[in-house]
Amino acid sequence: MIFYQFMEATGAEIVVRCLAEEGVEFVFGYPGGAVLNIYDEIFKQNKFKHVLVRHEQAAVHAADAYARSTGRVGVALVTSGPGVTNAVTGIATAYMDSIPIVVVTGQVPTPAIGLDAFQEVDTVGITRPCVKHNFLVKDVKDLAATMKKAFIIAATGRPGPVVVDVPKDVTYHTTDFEYPATVEMRSYSPVVKGHSGQMKRAVQMLLEAKRPMIYAGGGVVLGDASEQLAELTRLLGFPITNTLMGLGGYPATDRQNLGMLGMHGTYEANMAMQHSDVLLAVGARFDDRVIGNPAHFAREQRRIIHIDVDPSSISKRVKVDVPIVGDVKNVLTDMLALLKQAKEKPDVAALNAWWTQIELWRSKNCLKYNRNSPIIKPQYVVEKLWEVTKGDAYVTSDVGQHQMWAAQYYKFDKPRRWINSGGLGTMGVGLPYAMGVQLAFPDAQVACITGESSIQMNIQELSTCKQYRIPVKVVTLNNRYMGMVRQWQEFFYGSRYAESYMESLPDFVKLAEAYGHVGMRIDRPEDVEAALKEAFSPALKERMVFMDFQTDQTENVFPMVEGGKGLSEMILAEEL
Amino acid sequence: MSRRHIISLLMENEAGALSRVAGLFSARAYNIESLTVAPTEDATLSRMTIVTVGSEDIIEQITKQLNKLVDVIKVMDLTEGSHIERELMLVKLRAVGADREEIKRTADIFRGNIIDVTESTYTIELTGAGSKLDAFLEAIDSASIIETVRTGASGIGRGERSLKV
Ligand SMILES: Cc1cc2nc3c(=O)[nH]c(=O)nc-3n(C[C@H](O)[C@H](O)[C@H](O)COP(=O)(O)OP(=O)(O)OC[C@H]3O[C@@H](n4cnc5c(N)ncnc54)[C@H](O)[C@@H]3O)c2cc1C
Ligand SMILES: Cc1ncc(C[n+]2csc(CCOP(=O)(O)OP(=O)(O)O)c2C)c(N)n1
Ligand SMILES: [Mg+2]
Repeated sequence: MIFYQFMEATGAEIVVRCLAEEGVEFVFGYPGGAVLNIYDEIFKQNKFKHVLVRHEQAAVHAADAYARSTGRVGVALVTSGPGVTNAVTGIATAYMDSIPIVVVTGQVPTPAIGLDAFQEVDTVGITRPCVKHNFLVKDVKDLAATMKKAFIIAATGRPGPVVVDVPKDVTYHTTDFEYPATVEMRSYSPVVKGHSGQMKRAVQMLLEAKRPMIYAGGGVVLGDASEQLAELTRLLGFPITNTLMGLGGYPATDRQNLGMLGMHGTYEANMAMQHSDVLLAVGARFDDRVIGNPAHFAREQRRIIHIDVDPSSISKRVKVDVPIVGDVKNVLTDMLALLKQAKEKPDVAALNAWWTQIELWRSKNCLKYNRNSPIIKPQYVVEKLWEVTKGDAYVTSDVGQHQMWAAQYYKFDKPRRWINSGGLGTMGVGLPYAMGVQLAFPDAQVACITGESSIQMNIQELSTCKQYRIPVKVVTLNNRYMGMVRQWQEFFYGSRYAESYMESLPDFVKLAEAYGHVGMRIDRPEDVEAALKEAFSPALKERMVFMDFQTDQTENVFPMVEGGKGLSEMILAEEL
Repeated sequence: MSRRHIISLLMENEAGALSRVAGLFSARAYNIESLTVAPTEDATLSRMTIVTVGSEDIIEQITKQLNKLVDVIKVMDLTEGSHIERELMLVKLRAVGADREEIKRTADIFRGNIIDVTESTYTIELTGAGSKLDAFLEAIDSASIIETVRTGASGIGRGERSLKV
């Protein structure tokens, strides 16, 4: 160790050593002129593994999924210019879902900046609106401290992506290298402990509730607070719902869980949300896909407690009564202690009446679908996947109807198992997400539920899967449509299916085989289970399997809250 | 109800600091009437004064979003307490014949200084709250105005109220 310290090092060596010091396992990247010195240092080291993707967007998605599934900071490395612009979609995707990643980008040499040099883009300018923070390192002396800051900023408070832009000359300039254990930043100190007075008020309010509801979001997963959330929920006996990003934050198979809420949430979750008198929001941001029309939501009187590490998430779209700024794990731990000391107990009679009402809503069985269809129903494939993987797989998805069916029918009992793009809704994330997860957990079952349109947005990564023997299982719900677009066109555009039909699809079986993988095409419902079992069998454990399920083209996602409508104004399957 | 607010902030004096703030306002469609920025007595710090208009909810979001910028150290809504606001304006006026005396008198009333004189023009320097500068321009025959340049407001709290690291 001592040997490392106070030695002259080039900027490129410093980047690589900083990553090693951070305990980085994988760097997902793609080389180019501006980062060649860094790649040369990567070549000489064995502390971390570099994963060569086939498109920079996929590098960032894979790093993002590594972070989502492990809770650690993901790392990507791309070259200047087109390398950066290709990475932007990945960065914005991570930003919208508050995912901690560090993206190191090459830049033209400092004397060339601003001269429209070859492969120059204003990386700091382009990425500014979609990063938590970014840096342009102009002096090699600042490099190590900047790397440290990048990791701290990405991982603490409300997590998010950080870009470190390193000009090529900085990578060959030298300086004494010492990796700081930490770096003080006077301008950055996220609040982590909740305000004790506010927490007392919150506990009081919860104990007074007649129709309580817990609404838990991605913050619970990001803050590793599912244990505390479960303890609180069980102690109180309250109903709970998860956002799309919060799935797995509370076990889906538990009776107290009413399922996902929102645009495609369950009837019982949305009704209970709308009619609650005390709402506890935990690490959730009252997204427009979650509460529907805010004016309609505000029609019913309710008091709202909101726990969030980011003050700007609080009272942004919905006014709250008790804001609690702090890390969700700390706050829930403190609230649990207060709750256990409290003399008052929850109002059992009121709660019983509330649960009776909820069970009535639940008995609508809003997720039922036709199980006797001669055509494969997409919901059925997801249900079978859940059975075959014993509910224990990591599931990534792309964006569209298949994403919603995955969310509704795969019951996530553990956090960090459901990996998807909620905030940006980026088609093309599914396969690179699955790669990032599988590399982090080589022995786990990893499924990518996708659509025939989404999968084509990063299909080139089948090659990366081959190179690194990444045995993910792709479950394509192939409806020959951009189904989510088709659904909107059916409902709101008089069934005029403008450009939503996917023509000239490749033969996915042959395509998979061309990349050296196993391909399967499944046309009949009776073959679904066998195919899944085979794909997840020990015989194919080491192989990447591409399953092409020919599903019902006309199936729609229900329930659905139309844009602008209230949360309780759902369209249900039977109503059509 | 929308109201005018003067927000002061201290941030790290680093390249791109201004664009982070300006970018935030445009990306989130917040109003910006004026924005001034310069280093403080401590050269590692920049002080910014932003004049904006918005409802209470919007102003709350603006201060939260500003605080969230990693480089921002402190944010204060000056309009929440007693404060002093000053702006500097330079006005170049066509000043010939009888107008010369008239303009000089008006400038005196507003405690303006004539800082450049030619045969046909006066350039006047005026300091005060934005409303005073507006009033001066109202008092002058608009046809005689050749050019005006305003710095935008700077503000500071009264008495012990201060924005420090
Ligand atoms: C096709 C499609 C359909 C969709 N339909 C739905 C739907 O029906 N229902 C639905 O819910 N979503 C839906 N979404 C997703 C939606 O767009 C949002 O991404 C999602 O609802 C946001 O989830 P969230 O509120 O949990 O917030 P997240 O984006 O997960 O944000 C997390 C919040 O927690 C806070 N936080 C982070 N870490 C901590 C910590 N340690 N302590 C405290 N707080 C913390 C953050 O500051 C933030 O406010 C859909 C998306 C797509 C693409
Ligand atoms: C990059 C990108 N482009 C466009 C969209 C808009 N969009 C949302 S869902 C969707 C269709 C997805 O089709 P498919 O992958 O086949 O999934 P399905 O809805 O059929 O299950 C489109 C085009 C998007 N979310 N992302
Ligand atoms: Mg489709």
